[in-house]
Amino acid sequence: MKARVLIRPKEGILDPQGQTVERALPALGFEGVKEVRVGRMVELDVPDATRIGEMCEKLLANPLIEDYEILVVER
Amino acid sequence: MKFGVIRFPGSCDEVDAMHACKRFGEAELLWHADRDLRGADAIVIPGGFSYGDYLRAGAIARFSPVMEAVREFALGGGPVLGICNGFQVLCEAGLLPGALLPNTSLRFVCRQVDLIVENASTPFTRACDPGDVLSVPVKHTTGRYYATEAALDELESEGQVLLRYAEGQNPNGSARDIAGVSNGQKNVFGLMPHPEHAVDPLTGSADGGRLFESLAAHVEALAPA
Repeated sequence: MKARVLIRPKEGILDPQGQTVERALPALGFEGVKEVRVGRMVELDVPDATRIGEMCEKLLANPLIEDYEILVVER
Repeated sequence: MKFGVIRFPGSCDEVDAMHACKRFGEAELLWHADRDLRGADAIVIPGGFSYGDYLRAGAIARFSPVMEAVREFALGGGPVLGICNGFQVLCEAGLLPGALLPNTSLRFVCRQVDLIVENASTPFTRACDPGDVLSVPVKHTTGRYYATEAALDELESEGQVLLRYAEGQNPNGSARDIAGVSNGQKNVFGLMPHPEHAVDPLTGSADGGRLFESLAAHVEALAPA
């Protein structure tokens, strides 16, 4: 089955990429955008979606600095 | 005594690390697929971009066969020094506390920095005195040391912060100006600056040699007379 894992910097951890994007938006006329956080997405086709959490803990994310969210997109 | 210097696919500082080690002892290059450390008394994990640094710096290298041997060696009290990418690998492997994040500037930083010796009673710093200033280069993009506030407090109170960037010289936004930390037992040490690039006065500073000198002295002191 197909799944997506969204990985982002944990709350409270300075995200300079997010800050840079946030500062660039007003220049294009997008005012008032806040709390921009830039992370990454991992797409997977897995035989057993129940094991994705374990994959995140061991490899896909570093739980000390990153939060992750698992979305199963196609069974 | 003999140093073992690990080469991963993507390492780039192992030659300078070998050169630095050979000034103070013997040295042998170990390959990432090796499962034994060939009798090395101290291990150096050099800088570079192990396995391309894909996913996160150091994330893949921690699973290499040689790292299993390094883990065993470290858990048995053997001294392990991780430089730059080696520091990232040791954090990802859980042998050192904390993690390295992208520099606050998001830029590659390459410059000479002053490091203050905070704890000189370790296998890595015993050739120094507390407060000594070491001039050593940094060159990295992902060197912002991070640990939770509680973990940082513990590192400080346990004397695990061995080196700090001199005031105003923090190149990457590291918490509390931390340049290098050890584990609780103080036999595993990681730092972002590159002592192996500062072992010859010809290149501007030989201060980095003090760390290799310390390791050699540590091993010699343990050896039976």
